[in-house]
Amino acid sequence: MSSSRALLVSFSFDDEPYEGSAGDSLAVALMLAGRRHLRDSSRQGAPRGAFCLMGSCQECVVWVDGERRPACQVPLRQGMVVRSGTIGTDTP
Amino acid sequence: MTDLIVIGAGPAGIAAALRASALGLRVVLLDDQPQAGGQVHRAPAGTRPVPPSPEARTGTVLRDGLAGSAVEARPGHQVWSVSADFRVDALGPEGPCHWQAPALIVATGAQERVMPFPGWTLPGVVGLAAATLLLKAHGIAPGARTLVAGCGPLLGAVAAGILKAGGQVAAVADLAAPADWARRLPAMAARPDLLARGAGWAARLRRAGVPLLFRTTVAEVEATATGLRARLCPVDADGRPRPGGTVVEADAVAVGHGLLPSTEITRLLRVEHAFDAVAGNWAARLDGDGRSSRRGLYVAGDGGGIQGAAAAPLRGELAALAAARDLGRLDAGAQDRLAAPLRRRLARAARFGRAMAGLMAPRPGQVEAITPGAVVCRCEDVTRAEIEAAAAEGAREVNQLKAWTRCGMGPCQGRVCGDTAAALLARHHGIAREEAGLFTGRTPLRPLPLAQLTGEFGYADIVLPPPAPL
Repeated sequence: MSSSRALLVSFSFDDEPYEGSAGDSLAVALMLAGRRHLRDSSRQGAPRGAFCLMGSCQECVVWVDGERRPACQVPLRQGMVVRSGTIGTDTP
Repeated sequence: MTDLIVIGAGPAGIAAALRASALGLRVVLLDDQPQAGGQVHRAPAGTRPVPPSPEARTGTVLRDGLAGSAVEARPGHQVWSVSADFRVDALGPEGPCHWQAPALIVATGAQERVMPFPGWTLPGVVGLAAATLLLKAHGIAPGARTLVAGCGPLLGAVAAGILKAGGQVAAVADLAAPADWARRLPAMAARPDLLARGAGWAARLRRAGVPLLFRTTVAEVEATATGLRARLCPVDADGRPRPGGTVVEADAVAVGHGLLPSTEITRLLRVEHAFDAVAGNWAARLDGDGRSSRRGLYVAGDGGGIQGAAAAPLRGELAALAAARDLGRLDAGAQDRLAAPLRRRLARAARFGRAMAGLMAPRPGQVEAITPGAVVCRCEDVTRAEIEAAAAEGAREVNQLKAWTRCGMGPCQGRVCGDTAAALLARHHGIAREEAGLFTGRTPLRPLPLAQLTGEFGYADIVLPPPAPL
C-alpha cells in the first residue's frame, strides 16, 4: 500500500487525551490506543466494546461531539470530543 | 430521472450497476462505507500497509470501473428508509437526501451469525468478519494474542492473516472436523484458487505451531486482570458439548458461526421470504434472475441467499438484465442471450458458495448449548432464560417475543439476535422455523440523529392546525 505513516491527530475520550491516525475509524483508533471498553449496557450495566465494526450491531455507540454515533462508522478527526456511550452519562 | 437504484456497493451491487449503466439505464449506487467494494473487496484505510491479496486487487479494479462509468456512485450514504414506491432515503456526508426509481436492486450482502455464550459481550470479543476488516482495511490484528473460533472458511483466513500482521494466534477452535471439510472437497474443487489458499493458510498455521482444535467450541470467555480467558470445549458432530476441555489465555477473541443474508430491506418491503433449511437462514424468495415477489424489486448477491463472492457479480449482472428487460429497455431475446453464459457460470460458482454455507449452517447442539444466563439480545440484555420463560408463557413467534421481552427491540433492530431468538422459540415449541417467523422490518434501518433530519428550526415556526371544535 501507499503511505504507511498516517497523519497523527489528537482526540479525547471521557476527558482523557488520545492520539490516532487520521483515516482510521474512531473505533479502530480507540482499539489501537488500548481503549476497548466503550460503554456499559443499558440493563445489566455490563462493559461493551466494538463487535461487528461494520455499522450493524451498534455496540460501539459513543457520544461524538454531542451526537450518538457508532464509533466504527466515524472517521477520526483532530479535536474530536468523545464520551462513553453509556446511557445517562451523556453531557452534550 | 433515475431508472434504477442499487443499494450496496459490494461485488453484486457494483456488477449490477455497471451492467445496467452499460445498457443505458441511469443508475444510482448507494453504500454506507466510505469507499465502494463491500466487505470482501474493502478498500484499505491508507493508515497502515495491508498485505496484497486477490480481493484487494479486484477491489481496485471495481472502484476504477465505477469511476470510469456513468453510474452515480454515492459511497458514505447510510440508507435508512425504502418506501413501497422505491423512494430511498439516506443520510450522507452533506445531510439527508433521497432518490426514487421504478426499479430497485438490493445488494446488501451478508451479516455474521455469532451463537451466544457467556462472555461474548465482553470488550475484546469481536466477530470473525470484524477481524477480517481490521486485517484488510487497517493492517492490524484484533489483539496481541487472539483466539480464533467458530466455523467456515473465515477461520483460516483470519488466523493466517493475524500471523501475517505480526500477531499471535492462541488457538483455532473449529466446530467442524477435518472430515466435514473433506466431504465438501468435490464442491470446493470448483474454486481451485481458494482451495490452494486454504491449504496455504493451514500450512502457515502449522509452521507457527498454532494449535488447530477441531470439533471444538468456545464455551465461555471471562475477563481477567490482563486480558481474556476462554474455556474451550469439545463438541460432537451436532455441536453438542462433550466432557473435557482446555483453557486458553488471550487478549482478543474473534468468533463467528457463518453468514446470514441481510434481509432488512426485503423484510421492510414485505416481500415473500423462504427459510433455507440446509443453510439455516432466511432470504427473500427469488426467481433465477433475482426478481422478488414485489414488481420492480430485485435482490443480488448474498442478501438473496449465501452463495459467496464469486457468485455475487454474476447475480448482480443477472438482476440488472432482468431489471432492464422489465423496464422495457431490453427485449426478451437479448436478455436471454446475455444471461445464458452468466447463468452457466453462476451454477458453478454457487456450488462452491453453497458448500461453504452448508459448512457454516448452525448445528442443533449449538442452540441447545446456549446457557440460561447467556445474553442473546445484546442491545436489551435479554438472556436465554428470559426467552425460555416467555416461550413457556406462550410466545411462539419472534415478534410476540419482542413485544414481551424487548428481545430485538434495541438499536441493532434484531440483526444480531433475531436468528438465535427464532431458533430458540422453534426448539422450545418443537415448531418449524417458518412458524417461529422473522422480525418485521422497520424504519429507520439504522439509528440516526433526529437533528440531521429536522435541521435547524424554531418552535414558533411550526404551523399548527386550529383545534377541532368540540
